[in-house]
Amino acid sequence: MFTPERLAGVVIVAGLMSSCATSRTEESLPSARPNLGLAADPTLVSAWDISIPPNGAGLPPGSGTAKQGALVYVAKCQSCHGERGAGKPMDALVGGIGSLATDKPVRTVGSFWPYATTLFDYVRRAMPTTAPMSLTNEEVYAVSAYILNINGIVGENDIMNAQTLAGVKMPNRDGFISDWPARRR
Amino acid sequence: MTSSSRRYTIPGSDPARLVTSANPVGRRDFLRTGAAIASAAVSGVVGAAVPARAAESAAPWQKVPGTPAGAYGQPSEFEKSVTRHVIRAYPEIAPGVGSTLSPIQSFHGTITPSGLHFVRNHNGTPSIDPAQHRLLIHGLVKRPLMFTVAALSRYPTITRTYFIECAGNSGRNLAPQPQQISAGVLHGLISNTEWTGIPLSLLLEEAGLEPGAAWLLAEGADSASMSRSVPMEKALDDAMIALYQNGERLRPDQGYPVRLFLPGWEGNMNVKWLRRLKVTDGPTHTKDETSKYTDPLRDGKALQFTYEMGVKSVITQPSSGMKLDGYGFHEISGMAWSGAGRIRRVEVSTDGGTTWKDAALHGQQLSKSVVRFRFPWEWNGAPAVLQSRATDEKGNVQPARAVWLARYAVDARFHNNSIASWELGADGSVKNVYA
Ligand code: HEC
Repeated sequence: MFTPERLAGVVIVAGLMSSCATSRTEESLPSARPNLGLAADPTLVSAWDISIPPNGAGLPPGSGTAKQGALVYVAKCQSCHGERGAGKPMDALVGGIGSLATDKPVRTVGSFWPYATTLFDYVRRAMPTTAPMSLTNEEVYAVSAYILNINGIVGENDIMNAQTLAGVKMPNRDGFISDWPARRR
Repeated sequence: MTSSSRRYTIPGSDPARLVTSANPVGRRDFLRTGAAIASAAVSGVVGAAVPARAAESAAPWQKVPGTPAGAYGQPSEFEKSVTRHVIRAYPEIAPGVGSTLSPIQSFHGTITPSGLHFVRNHNGTPSIDPAQHRLLIHGLVKRPLMFTVAALSRYPTITRTYFIECAGNSGRNLAPQPQQISAGVLHGLISNTEWTGIPLSLLLEEAGLEPGAAWLLAEGADSASMSRSVPMEKALDDAMIALYQNGERLRPDQGYPVRLFLPGWEGNMNVKWLRRLKVTDGPTHTKDETSKYTDPLRDGKALQFTYEMGVKSVITQPSSGMKLDGYGFHEISGMAWSGAGRIRRVEVSTDGGTTWKDAALHGQQLSKSVVRFRFPWEWNGAPAVLQSRATDEKGNVQPARAVWLARYAVDARFHNNSIASWELGADGSVKNVYA
């Protein structure tokens, strides 16, 4: 790369450099309105709509407790997230509450995540990585309850469902500062 | 013959003779050499007797027919080492989770070849049949719409060249000790591509936004169903539904057949394999905008929704792991970009940031797009620390490493746009250092 053969080329290019004009023509946006989308069927729309915002809108029917979730966890999560969420090889799912302002911060669902709804949303869509979306809604409620329980956030027999999950106050709920709308950095 | 022509060597034969420590060749010497050779060739006095066959002076590949062109062109077999660097954190149990970095130390222009574009996947690249793929737009809209890829392909398109950079790029340069790995492995989660697609505003207009429509939730059709929230302001500004990359359909690793493209914003938000856009009244707070892709600060708080990629540059030639083959002339060159707009200026320091000089900017200087900077340099053989510092048209200046570090928590890994440093040893070796 840095061989002398390149020298000749460099000398020639250096001469042309100053005459390089920059072209900045931007096309204007298209004004046509093709309207080629098909009206989406409402049943299909609600089946596809799996994202859950902090207020819990869209959480499905069903429920589960940490006690039930422990079984799901051992069978379907432990191989990657360790015993009782201790981690290794993948992310730890427990611990670190109170550590964020120290010089050894530990960021987990328990110590860092601002909303419990995110846990339900994420586990349902993406976990386990080997078989995403394979859990039933009941299993997702239960294993979410389990992860919240091992972090000391809900009790072992607390029922997690569409009403209660969104009401869980996560320890780090107020730990985020929104950078949008953008501030100059 | 002049003394300079005696030093002429056939390129590649013995570069050490061209630039010797006793007598580094200057650029004027070299031009004189070239002129001498050229005039000798014209008068036909080079060499001895005229050969009986032209073959005697020909290269081997001039004497046999070449290979017929194939259906899809490939790089030269001599460029096999120019590949992406594949990182799989869990090769056995979760092979699809990881990143694949662009070999930026081998790049010389501004465009990233599609096969060398970086990849950050959360559960692998799906194999999507475009005939079965759909894009749904719903939520706070008057008309929920379902689009086939064929329908999207009939829309009027725009073409723009933009960079995309993973928020985790250069995270490896925050390790306690500087890693002795290539520039690509350190800083290669950046690529620059000509994208062609549909302005997102056009599709949203067709769906008709309802009052309160302030955000989008974008979701991919991969097995992570990657999802991110996007402010409506960006969606209606320069967001694009990309279908093509460098003139051909998107590569599977880049979201084939449909991806969301948000110019200048962190890579993760540019949801690949886009399947669903839900218009919402607020952010959804998905896993990848809370647990990850947030920027922890010293006081334990974390910045959330840090979208724009900061102004940044990195010297790619020379860079970590390379070796300068003698002192004398060397061109320092690299890439610069900013999520805020055009790059206005790149300065280079060869003394670890004590003094700075302007580099020349090459390539089209487009907004939110990579420019190449070049800086001619005479190396005197003394150890040196090379740095580059970019400034964008909004006046943002790439921060010094210490300034960046002071701002974030000890374990911060995202949005590292601080100045990177290469140390050049007296033997010409280039090392990654923290300066
Ligand atoms: C085959 C391995 C594997 C299994 C089994 C698995 N996970 Fe995961 N999990 C991962 C990987 C890999 C990630 C990180 C994904 C990424 O990079 O986006 C992850 C991330 C997570 C996270 C996010 C952690 C954080 O702090 O960001 C949660 C929560 C989680 N998994 C829960 C579960 C649950 C619950 C189960 C069982 C139903 C499960 N996982 C089973 C591999 C696995």
